[in-house]
Amino acid sequence: MGAGHAHRLYRHGHSPVHGLPPHTKLAAVFAFVVVVVSTPREAMWAFGLYAVLLALVARHARVPAGFLLKRLLIEVPFVAFAVLMPFVAEGEQVDVLGLSLSVNGLWGAWNVLAKGTLGVAASVLLASTTELRELLLGLQRLRLPPLLVQIASFMIRYGDVIADEMRRMRIARESRGFEARGVRHWGVLAKSAGALFIRSYERGERVHLAMISRGYAGSMPVIDEVTASRAQWSYALTLPFVALLVCVLGWSL
Amino acid sequence: MVPVTDAVTPSVTPSPSLEVAGLAFAYPDGHQALFGVDFSVARGERVALLGPNGAGKTTLVLHLNGILTGGAGTVTVAGLPVGKQHMAEIRRKVGIVFQDPDDQLFMPTVREDVAFGPAAAGLKGAALEARVDHALEQVGMAEFKNRPPHHLSFGQRRRVAVATVLAMEPEILVLDEPSSNLDPASRRELADILRSLDVTALMVTHDLPYALELCPRALILSEGVIAADGRTGDLLADDALMRAHRLELPFGFDPRSATMGA
Repeated sequence: MGAGHAHRLYRHGHSPVHGLPPHTKLAAVFAFVVVVVSTPREAMWAFGLYAVLLALVARHARVPAGFLLKRLLIEVPFVAFAVLMPFVAEGEQVDVLGLSLSVNGLWGAWNVLAKGTLGVAASVLLASTTELRELLLGLQRLRLPPLLVQIASFMIRYGDVIADEMRRMRIARESRGFEARGVRHWGVLAKSAGALFIRSYERGERVHLAMISRGYAGSMPVIDEVTASRAQWSYALTLPFVALLVCVLGWSL
Repeated sequence: MVPVTDAVTPSVTPSPSLEVAGLAFAYPDGHQALFGVDFSVARGERVALLGPNGAGKTTLVLHLNGILTGGAGTVTVAGLPVGKQHMAEIRRKVGIVFQDPDDQLFMPTVREDVAFGPAAAGLKGAALEARVDHALEQVGMAEFKNRPPHHLSFGQRRRVAVATVLAMEPEILVLDEPSSNLDPASRRELADILRSLDVTALMVTHDLPYALELCPRALILSEGVIAADGRTGDLLADDALMRAHRLELPFGFDPRSATMGA
């Protein structure tokens, strides 16, 4: 497919993981995340094993560690809350480096951090081995409501068009000497946003006209039917299956 | 003795590709755009529909495949009246290429976009693939099959937009301002493509030289009626007619001395 024009998360390659049908990968990642989330937080070794599993998948997919770790940074704003937990939670306290921290809070923070990181890492792996287009086909195959798939596919198609329109509006504003300095100019920005909304809405109507002109009657015709063999399914599901074993061990030990 | 000619049998030909009779339409807000439009386009003809801004050209186009209905008059496509009962068939037969290719190309890749129409009509598998390939070859865009539309140049997008409609094998191709926003080279490439297609076409435009180049016959739509119908060269050379309908030729362009490719 169009090399060099893929989305930024995607890393072009021909590994066995890249070659898997998208819906098997989606199912595997989803199952993996469910398993991770249902692991008891006290079984710290289990989370270590999960991380090892993901590292193995990354090696199979030939995704370098640096690439993966850099994209994990997206998680940072979301886990900031976890860092606060040991300071604000109630209950038994311990002293760490002169700070009095809540034991419960520490466990809570660990729980959020470990499960969140593993979930994000699995998703980043999915995104770096699967093109957006394929992801949509996979979701369609997994019987996600077609309306949602259509909305997502239009977002991909028109994201750039709308961003470009926004850029042209900004250039037009600045060419007439406008500079956003502080609260007094928010009104102008808000009006631009409104204008952009109306333009996009009108484009939506024109696109809809073009669609019904070509026979659209409420559902997208299926152009590419993605299929997976039993072997592909079992290959993809190895990850959540091994994770499940770890999880069961975590509960019984 | 009367010489025998074999080219005087217009009455025997099958129903015309497009026939519009007494078409009138007013928008819900009361603005009346069409006041009784009559014309017909024979199979294989290339006709230009000329008119100033606000003449009702777009309104007329939207009637051709039944997106707008409810006014007076009839539209018939290859003998089939435009109406609720054969809407799917009508939309397959009338291929509209809209002015902005970003509106026309709404799928993530060129291939899927071209496949959209035929797939909606029920085509599948190898037949669908062959249809897509053929349509893209007709417009010279075969090697861009798997590219996303927003990474193509404007001229390329316009050509793909034409392919999306050709893939439906329409009875009549309707082009809304096909030359707008094209640089001279893309303009010429599109003209070559349009001339090479063996299909009935109605070209809505106010690009008069382009109409002269591509369409032997032209209609002038002005204030909601067909004000003139004739050979494109004759219409463009009629200064009084042109002035009366706010149609202006570009500076220095003389339709009498232009050499036509068609």
